[in-house]
Amino acid sequence: MSEAESRTGAQLIWESLVREGVDTVFGYPGGAILPTYDAMTEYPVRHVLVRHEQSAVHMADGYARASGRVGVVVATSGPGATNLVTGLATAMLDSTPLVAITGQVGSGLLGTDAFQEVDITGITLPVTKHNYLVTRAEDVVPAIREAFAVARSGRPGPVLVDITKDAQQSRATLDWEGAKPWRHQRHLPPPLDQAALAEALELIRQAKRPIILAGHGIQLSGARAEVLALAERADIPFALTLLGLGAVPATHPLSLGMMGMHGEAWVNRAIQEADLLLAFGMRFDDRVTGKLKEYAPHAKKIHIDIDASELNKLVPVDVAIAADLGDVLRALLPEVPVADRSAWLGSIRGWRGDSAVRDIKNLPDDGHLYAAHVMHDLWRLTKGEAVVVTDVGQHQMWEAQYYKHDGERSLLTSGGAGTMGFALPAAIGAKLARPEAEVWVVAGDGGFQMTFAELMTAVQEDVKVNIAVINNGFLGMVRQWQALFYEGRYAATPILSPDFVKLAEAFGIHGQRVDTRGEVAAAVEGARAAKGTALIEFKVEQEDSVYPMVPAGAALHDMIRRPSPSVLAETGSDPV
Amino acid sequence: MSHVLVVYTDDEPGVLTRVASLFRRRGFNIHSLTVGPTERPEVSRMTVVVDTDEATARRAVEHLRKLVNVLEVQQLGSGGVNVVRDLALIRVSAGPSKRSEVLQLVEVFRANVVDIAEDTLVIECTGSLAKIEALVDTLRPFGIIELGRTGAVAMARGTPVSRKAAIAPLRTGTSSGSMSV
Repeated sequence: MSEAESRTGAQLIWESLVREGVDTVFGYPGGAILPTYDAMTEYPVRHVLVRHEQSAVHMADGYARASGRVGVVVATSGPGATNLVTGLATAMLDSTPLVAITGQVGSGLLGTDAFQEVDITGITLPVTKHNYLVTRAEDVVPAIREAFAVARSGRPGPVLVDITKDAQQSRATLDWEGAKPWRHQRHLPPPLDQAALAEALELIRQAKRPIILAGHGIQLSGARAEVLALAERADIPFALTLLGLGAVPATHPLSLGMMGMHGEAWVNRAIQEADLLLAFGMRFDDRVTGKLKEYAPHAKKIHIDIDASELNKLVPVDVAIAADLGDVLRALLPEVPVADRSAWLGSIRGWRGDSAVRDIKNLPDDGHLYAAHVMHDLWRLTKGEAVVVTDVGQHQMWEAQYYKHDGERSLLTSGGAGTMGFALPAAIGAKLARPEAEVWVVAGDGGFQMTFAELMTAVQEDVKVNIAVINNGFLGMVRQWQALFYEGRYAATPILSPDFVKLAEAFGIHGQRVDTRGEVAAAVEGARAAKGTALIEFKVEQEDSVYPMVPAGAALHDMIRRPSPSVLAETGSDPV
Repeated sequence: MSHVLVVYTDDEPGVLTRVASLFRRRGFNIHSLTVGPTERPEVSRMTVVVDTDEATARRAVEHLRKLVNVLEVQQLGSGGVNVVRDLALIRVSAGPSKRSEVLQLVEVFRANVVDIAEDTLVIECTGSLAKIEALVDTLRPFGIIELGRTGAVAMARGTPVSRKAAIAPLRTGTSSGSMSV
């Protein structure tokens, strides 16, 4: 079809998506989006039918996080659109580029409370980078092109395009070039501030105890090589945020591991003792800093982030640079002096030794199955090469502590929003984006029950993901807080689960239960060998807690440590 | 402390909601917000007065710059480097015995009387926020029946530092006028 021929708005939607490079969309049909679904079959796009629209956004999110491409969601008006909200908020907080297309009632009915009419652009305003209400076919292409540009540019994020039914049905000609987006470039970062770069260099030169705080922005900027080059050249260790895991390799000699609320004690101690923090593409979230007043009290701070509104937001810094991290590091690198900081690295290693004796990983197998052991074994068995998609809670922290992520985009997790139910749908999206990757879901019994209907989506779409359900019979992280801060009153945290093996059977997938550590390896290999999606239920110690822990509002060095191994070995359970 | 932000936006439905929502969500306290057309039909201009510290005001500017519909944000300096004007309509009780006294005060403030009724006057006053507050305080003993204010409209004195984005011609070819909320 030539550009001059007129098309329906519905055809223009698909035409735009295909030209933007979209080959897969996640969605659910309904009345107001029917014209668009009707036109879909004419275009080379794979549609994944979900079981709930929230999962469609998580799938698109997983697809985008795993690949770096823009994830696309399609849903109908009213409840179809409102079901997207949690997923959009999840993507917004973790800077995932998404485009969500929703049907809307006919423009003549807008504002009349028509059947399945909801003001979705009003509702999603704070959880999207931008959104559009399109009421005419000729506005479809400009809106979608700009939506992709906005989603991808600067700090990425979700964009919603709400298109009325009559705009899908009426006709317009395609003017692709005329619809070229430009407004997303209104506020490009200014040229690099040379004075700020010089100040940063001077701070690096003077520092005796520097640490790089490695965040998600490293992956988004594609600055892995530059960060490693700087770290190695100047002999600076790096600590990672949860979303930074995998941005730089966990097994690198300069890698300290995760920082923050459930970061290792020596990492947090190193931050508290540091004299310079180099914050790269991270935003000083409260889970990372603990009590702000006592955060890194001896450190000068350099903060580089593409989002200027993140600079000096919570932690006042000495040098703030709003720019693409890769650009900044490429400018800095030739000037950074080669250094030897073995004294500083030596003291960190000393603190590490003290922690290792408390490490549950080093406990003998006493017949109890610990989630930490499962994570460690999973890491070993998959050689650390899997893409792991975690849900939210204790298992998420154990995974972050014990699965050593070396590869970029190898851990996908809902960090900012902490959205339970994220893992399974996001993993399906990740597998569709990277079919060659081995994808593992690690979920708790609580979160998995929120979205496990998507098992049927995996079956229908013939997607293989391997699933580890860490079942402790509790909403474990909430239980842990109740144990520590609410005198052990377990209000609404014990949770029953179905028989997961039978559940797997009902979905027609491989299922297995594991009760002891001795069975872990065989079960993992069994799941990997199974033809389609496979589920393993790990019945783990019920009242184990994640250590170490910085209680909310406490200073970063003020951690609750794991009780010593002798206590654990005697009681076999968590004595809190 | 008051900070005056001048925000140039696309003249589209919903832009005011986006700006207001941003201020609400981030907890920036708006003292006044005015919006109106500019010398270019497709551009609106807002004057936002926020009560906050300098760091927060700067963060508000950075958040505003992230909105797709925002062309340019200026944070006006403090003191006499800006022209800040507010308009007030004040209905004041002024029976025949008090009327001449009120009219004298109106004269002193270079305000105007725009309506005269049996027992009341409506006074129009334009000026700095301080001038209007002074007039209101002066008239209060007579009995203020109704008070309406526009909120501040502001402009920097001299040649503007940066109007780059606002002055650059809008590209044609996008139907941006009707596609957004």
